[in-house]
Amino acid sequence: MKYLDEYRNGEIARNLIQEIRRILTRSWVLMEVCGGQTHTIVKHGLDTMLPEGIELVHGPGCPVCVTSLELIDKAHAIARRPEVIFCSFGDMLRVPGSVCDLFTLKSQGADVRVVYSPLDCLKIARANPHKKVVFFAIGFETTAPANAMLVWRARREEVRNVSVLVSHVLVPPAITAILESPYNRVQGFLGPGHVCAVMGYEEYEPISARFKVPIVITGFEPLDLLEGTLITLRQLESGRAEVENQYGRAVTREGNKAAKQLVFSVFEIGDRKWRGVGAIPRSGYKLRPEFYDYDAERLFEVQEISTEEPAICISGQILRGIKKPHDCPAFGTLCNPEHPLGATMVSAEGACAAYYTYGRHLKEEVR
Amino acid sequence: MSEKAKGDLLGAACPVPIIDHKQIVLGHGSGGKLTADLVQKIFLPAFNNPYLERLDDQAVFHLNGTRLALTTDSFVVTPIFFPGGDIGRLAVNGTVNDLAMSGARPLYIAAAFILEEGLLTDDLGRISGSMQAAASEAGVSVVTGDTKVVNRGKGDQVFITTTGLGIIEKPVTISADRAQPGDKILLSGYIGDHGIAIMSQRENLEFEGAVESDTAPLHSLVAAMLEASLEIHCLRDPTRGGVATTLNEIAARSRIGMELEEREIPVREAVKGACEILGLDPLYVANEGKLLAVVAPEAASGVLEKMRAHPLGRGARLIGAVVAEHAPLVLMRTEVGGTRIVDLMIGEQLPRIC
Amino acid sequence: MCLGIPGKVLESFDVNGLRMAKVQFGGIVREACLEYTPEAAVGDYVIVHVGFAISKVDEEEAARTYKLLEEMGQLGELEAPDAEDSAARGSGP
Repeated sequence: MKYLDEYRNGEIARNLIQEIRRILTRSWVLMEVCGGQTHTIVKHGLDTMLPEGIELVHGPGCPVCVTSLELIDKAHAIARRPEVIFCSFGDMLRVPGSVCDLFTLKSQGADVRVVYSPLDCLKIARANPHKKVVFFAIGFETTAPANAMLVWRARREEVRNVSVLVSHVLVPPAITAILESPYNRVQGFLGPGHVCAVMGYEEYEPISARFKVPIVITGFEPLDLLEGTLITLRQLESGRAEVENQYGRAVTREGNKAAKQLVFSVFEIGDRKWRGVGAIPRSGYKLRPEFYDYDAERLFEVQEISTEEPAICISGQILRGIKKPHDCPAFGTLCNPEHPLGATMVSAEGACAAYYTYGRHLKEEVR
Repeated sequence: MSEKAKGDLLGAACPVPIIDHKQIVLGHGSGGKLTADLVQKIFLPAFNNPYLERLDDQAVFHLNGTRLALTTDSFVVTPIFFPGGDIGRLAVNGTVNDLAMSGARPLYIAAAFILEEGLLTDDLGRISGSMQAAASEAGVSVVTGDTKVVNRGKGDQVFITTTGLGIIEKPVTISADRAQPGDKILLSGYIGDHGIAIMSQRENLEFEGAVESDTAPLHSLVAAMLEASLEIHCLRDPTRGGVATTLNEIAARSRIGMELEEREIPVREAVKGACEILGLDPLYVANEGKLLAVVAPEAASGVLEKMRAHPLGRGARLIGAVVAEHAPLVLMRTEVGGTRIVDLMIGEQLPRIC
Repeated sequence: MCLGIPGKVLESFDVNGLRMAKVQFGGIVREACLEYTPEAAVGDYVIVHVGFAISKVDEEEAARTYKLLEEMGQLGELEAPDAEDSAARGSGP
């Protein structure tokens, strides 16, 4: 597959590692922001190839993990309704709310369907005119254009029986929150490649300048991550702190104009609660007032549902890169993907789940 | 509202309730950890006998000086007609294969049908014809059976359970607990075809592209392999849960470790593309016409040659080796040069967006 | 986040005024929405996330940056003495 296979070339990987070793003079802590990047690192064993001086901590770039417990409870309340067809990306099905997860609800008779694209919901809505289709619109900025299009087209094509439960989260406020923490250890970031394909990377420049950290927008294939690491390292070793773009084949500084335009026609920035982290102001998208008739939260009157986030859960610290899955006494024992205790084990994307899937609970060091 | 997590972990406990499966969920049928859980917690304690404890896909026993193999399997696939086959063909081949994996020559099949009210009789005719064709190809006969009908809505068109009986004529003992350090791991061909062919028909996940189920009877391939050498220690067809699950099961039963080479594991472009866009890992996708063999090192090249000479083994590869270290972990050297652990799947593999 | 896979645009067409395309990923073809990549033409590569093309692959930039990656090996040989030192310091499989 073009633009995929060649970025898994073993020889180039070795050369990148060699160059990384050559310029490394001390240890550094880097964070890869996206869950997809974490997945690649663990799946291809990239961290087993890097020299010991480089520590990769895993970022909060897992929209599934960070969806607040309250919103999940609202989703479940809606999914239980007999007139509802609840549609979601596959990732969300196993996320536990206060009582159970969508999988369990499905086994109890709720009509819960996995969709690949938000537009599939329009088809389902048309095919089921007497049902109410609700789509769980989660994601970072990458997914916002797709989710926005669902709402836009629903209005345009006058599909009245579809609505969205919105839980969009934004990366720049998350990175800022991490950097503002007095416990922060991260010295450089491998930035979110596909988020930036949509949004561009202008908004990372003030963050990089304010906190004096390199932010290197990085892709998702093994060579992308190794090259991104090398570029970040070059900055760190030479005392620079800038935003650089490793993923030039997909990302430009301004981003995708058409996508941004539609996203801001449908959504506006609002405050959002992050699971395991708490409320971060202006850190999410919500529907604009002109689209309130597509807002599932209002339509199904679940606004009263209010769930307290569990008291300090280490997954919050993992999301912020302060701890690793191994640091949690429950990792792999009480807490595993079948019985997840917290956000980062909940989705296949979360750091704990990625570690678990690739067997890290079984073997401390795989080198 | 939330229960406290069991065990107080020095204040670091997240009081998010543990989800204990009080009801069967779809994941229990995927062949991964949840299925294993069900077997360990419910079936083994209930049935409690030495044959079952071996947890092989078939039971082998002696009867008056003859070694017989017995197996059973249920087929619940949706859709019932898919690229490359149908539920009937799948059922016959699946049972033939379970017998073949013990080195048995498959002989007789019993087939029980659970039909949903409303199933087209023509479809049942097609399926039966398909089963007979598959049976002829495999040299077996469907000798007895049963039919039940359930109300509309209580069964996915048709469920088929096939039970197979075969005879083991060669002096071999092939079982999941026989892998030894130094053994080589062989794979008969491309992985992921069946699972992706089925996935391509599922609502909202459809795509175009010629991915056909690889459903096929493997008994003659096994016979050819046994001609090359009797030092075949383990044989398994990696069905639900894929190659990863099967290898983990062997590693656990044999108490050994395994080391695989990712670049030796063949995946068709189309299957790769489908797995990429859905976020699936081919190692966990079902196969219905492939086998994994763990053979003594000196037998490996001879067996591989026989495999490649057989129509169902043309793409056979040596994908790894059994080691004494890190039992029961299956490790893999990734194509890019790193190391990764290939663990058991938890439940269903779900398409992901991240 | 986020699963975005590069695919080749085989044909494009309109569905209710929405610009769609058949996109090829390895050996399979799936539909994707091209509304966000109006400049993408048949033969171009796009990055597809949840059924939407979010970016057109800049093939020139890809070729340019990949060439640098390939050349890195050759430069690496010139730096051989340093590389050996680093290898002795580092660890790995």
